[in-house]
Amino acid sequence: MKPRHKRIALIGGGLAALGIAAALVLNALNSNIAFFVTPTEIAEGKAPQGKTFRVGGMVKEGSLRRDNLTVHFVITDTAKEVPVAYTGILPDLFMEGKGAVAQGRIGADGVFAASEVLAKHDENYMPPEAQHAVDQAQKTGQTLKQ
Amino acid sequence: MIPELGHFALMLALLVTLVQGVLPLLGAQRNQPQWVALARPATAAAFLLVLFSFLVLTWSFYSNDFSVEYVAQHSNTQLPTLYRISAVWGGHEGSLLLWVLMLTGWAQAVALFSRRLPEAMVARVLGVLGLVTFGLLAFVLLTSSPFERLLPAVEEGRSLNPLLQDPGLVFHPPLLYMGYVGMSVAFAFAIAALLAGQLDAAWARWSRPWTTVAWVFLTLGIALGSWWAYYELGWGGWWFWDPVENASFMPWLVATALIHSLAVTEKRGSFKNWTVLLAIAAFSLSLLGTFLVRSGVLTSVHAFATDPRRGIFILILLAIVVGSSLLLFAARAPKVSLGGRFALLSRETLLLVNNVLLVVACGAVLLGTLYPLLIDALGMGKLSVGPPYFNAVFVPIMLPLLVLVAAGPIARWKHAEIGPILRRLWPAALAAVLAGAGLPLLAGEWHAYVALALALAVWIAAAIVLQTVERFKTGKPTASWWGMQIAHCGLAAFVVGVAMVSTYEEERDVRMSPGETVTVGGHTFKFLGVHDVRGPNYVAARGSFELTKDGKPLRTLYPEKRNYDTSAMPMTEAAIDAGLTRDVYVSLGEPLEGEAWAVRVYFKPFVDWIWGGCLLMSLGGLLAAADRRYRIRVKQSAAATAAAAGATA
Amino acid sequence: MNKFLLPLGIFIVLVALLAVGLNLNPREVPSPLIGKPAPDFSVPRLHAADQSFSPKEMLGKVWLFNVWASWCVSCREEHPLLVEFGKTGTVPIVGLNYKDKREDGQRWLARFGDPYLLSAYDADGRVGINYGVYGVPETYLIDKQGVIRFKQIGPITPEVLQNKIIPLAQELNK
Repeated sequence: MKPRHKRIALIGGGLAALGIAAALVLNALNSNIAFFVTPTEIAEGKAPQGKTFRVGGMVKEGSLRRDNLTVHFVITDTAKEVPVAYTGILPDLFMEGKGAVAQGRIGADGVFAASEVLAKHDENYMPPEAQHAVDQAQKTGQTLKQ
Repeated sequence: MIPELGHFALMLALLVTLVQGVLPLLGAQRNQPQWVALARPATAAAFLLVLFSFLVLTWSFYSNDFSVEYVAQHSNTQLPTLYRISAVWGGHEGSLLLWVLMLTGWAQAVALFSRRLPEAMVARVLGVLGLVTFGLLAFVLLTSSPFERLLPAVEEGRSLNPLLQDPGLVFHPPLLYMGYVGMSVAFAFAIAALLAGQLDAAWARWSRPWTTVAWVFLTLGIALGSWWAYYELGWGGWWFWDPVENASFMPWLVATALIHSLAVTEKRGSFKNWTVLLAIAAFSLSLLGTFLVRSGVLTSVHAFATDPRRGIFILILLAIVVGSSLLLFAARAPKVSLGGRFALLSRETLLLVNNVLLVVACGAVLLGTLYPLLIDALGMGKLSVGPPYFNAVFVPIMLPLLVLVAAGPIARWKHAEIGPILRRLWPAALAAVLAGAGLPLLAGEWHAYVALALALAVWIAAAIVLQTVERFKTGKPTASWWGMQIAHCGLAAFVVGVAMVSTYEEERDVRMSPGETVTVGGHTFKFLGVHDVRGPNYVAARGSFELTKDGKPLRTLYPEKRNYDTSAMPMTEAAIDAGLTRDVYVSLGEPLEGEAWAVRVYFKPFVDWIWGGCLLMSLGGLLAAADRRYRIRVKQSAAATAAAAGATA
Repeated sequence: MNKFLLPLGIFIVLVALLAVGLNLNPREVPSPLIGKPAPDFSVPRLHAADQSFSPKEMLGKVWLFNVWASWCVSCREEHPLLVEFGKTGTVPIVGLNYKDKREDGQRWLARFGDPYLLSAYDADGRVGINYGVYGVPETYLIDKQGVIRFKQIGPITPEVLQNKIIPLAQELNK
């Protein structure tokens, strides 16, 4: 085979591979992205219909209710609220009054059926409860020393 | 006073690295031996100063010096000593100091183990490493000093994030950083060769073992992180395609391409420009990973503290380091000779395909990782790209790679024939077809996906067995030959693990009261109840589950739900019964009414093969790097290079 | 055209994207409070348990509302800045002592300086919830009509103070 033909074959092969990869990427991107929507946007009817999306905000205090393994709670951005239902075990960092993100679809009844719940916690913020715990730890520390 | 000494040592180190970065490089360019001779002492001084500073920080943690803000933020008197030490790298500032320590450590290792290299080359490599260290040290000193005082001191520190209080996380960051930072050595060798205009087989031979060792660390670091996520986060997954995970995976993909491409450059003198580009890319992606993780431009479940100033600084550093390297590349690459010619079917071509596939896979991961940023930057909304995207793209790209892994080591350099390859591999092909048809039936239902994966794994393994048999006929194989085969075996094991666990795993979230049972994958858990236990710095609700299979008791598992004294977040500690062919996994959810608990149970067939495969890959890498041909005298290798040059001319 | 410049080109595009990305904040849950009236409340004052404070008292003034606590390390970082800013008298600063012990809060101000016109005392964090407080510190700039104009999550930095808060406060004060 002549060097020129070889070069053409290599470049052609490379382009074909890139083309296939690009097709894969575009196809997969199209069906696997989830937009992030706030409760206010849901109230304004801006939520994507019939598609999976994410809603984020704070878990409203006192809204957590358990029904066997199904958990109901309310995510609020302090202006509007959206009720969420999730079946399964919540992540450790999930707590009332803390930030959370739920991924799923909104039902005809206006309840957001979550397939996944993520809770976030920034290490720079100190939750007030932590200080309480530090106080507790100091107290125990002092008792131990005595 | 002691923390100030650490801070002062860092400032001195900054000056020393400036010397290390400037004079030897100039000396090598201008042929000034006395400047070149500065490289090694400056490197040693920088290493010792940073080591001292790191030990000072460790001492501040050990002695609970809460007048240091970083210590107060990340440690606590109640913390067990081991975690008090590992808390040194539990936050941003300390992680960066560890990064710099490792960078100077790698440079020191190069200085020690490069006695056989030409002095000018060593001076250039150490000089480039010195410049990179200077940039990072400036970053530490200007934006993230771990020695900032908090006066008056607080009486008690805030303690380490409970997620990080785990043996896996004691070793995960250092290993990962060793890998990240190790890429800087491959990078420095590449830049030194570009500066010297000496891109040749000798350069590839010198940088190969360093690259391989860095790759081993990166592999181990990623595997350990994945294993930690599996047992500690309590979600039972081993890979989430989270931006932080992707940040470490992208350099790995490119580094894997690099170690293969270096083989071609060393043996045949081809692909020189491509290899240099990969070396630059591997280190750039390590820096990019640091940027993505530390700047907070991407949201991640790993919530690191972020600070936009730091983001800008790393971005500028990235732009300077990578931009200038790529500019140098563009200036020097056109003059580089093409090296040995090769036919369309040859080992060179197969390795080129390997490289293209790995780089395309890396590109797809990069795109998926940055896509939310792109859409946000265009003002089109906030979104996230889910794991299905990565699976849908990544798996098809990897399939041809798995097919070719078996053929690559058999194909001859320069010019290969399809006939002999097929003649030698047909037993492997037969074994693969049989395995694909039969093996999945043993595990349960037959699925095309798992059949394909098992067939490919058997294909790779059988080809290795065939090659080993043949190789022993012609003499004793070298360490690097074994290294390659073992690493490829690891890949096969990894594929088995991934395919089996993603097809046959069973997961159930159930409500259980004491005395109730639940069965997954033929294993029955009987819930015995929950009682409280006291740990060194936490209180835990400990559940007891009796595990039986076919009526035979295996053992009792004790998953925990821990409440650390200094944190409001509960922590799930899963209990795992690990085995060669399956893990069974139980974790406690939340208490429900009465004595009932929400419980999550998993059956994970072959999941340990995933990490076992990674261990094999690392072992293979170590063997390859230990090959004695990297330790023979430079004169011989120079002679060999001259001979190779003569042969190709 | 040198084909070896291509990698550099790709890299420049990437860096440009990242630079733009740095100015976006994916963590920012868009605060719907901006442009809305500040939620009303009435709680005791930190230094005088028998007197109460309500945002209504501040109507007609542009003011800064700063959520802090004695147990919060980041608050210590921003505090000197607030003390300095308080001395300039640009706008009055009201503190909200969040989930704290009264004596701890008072002692903390005595030690580090008190830039506040007064501090409201939110022992159980009720007020914080209404304001969507995720963590401490957080700071709000509220205009003469009692509408929230700016919100800072996390400690105030000199840049934020110089480039955002002061210009906006002067604008609103006109």
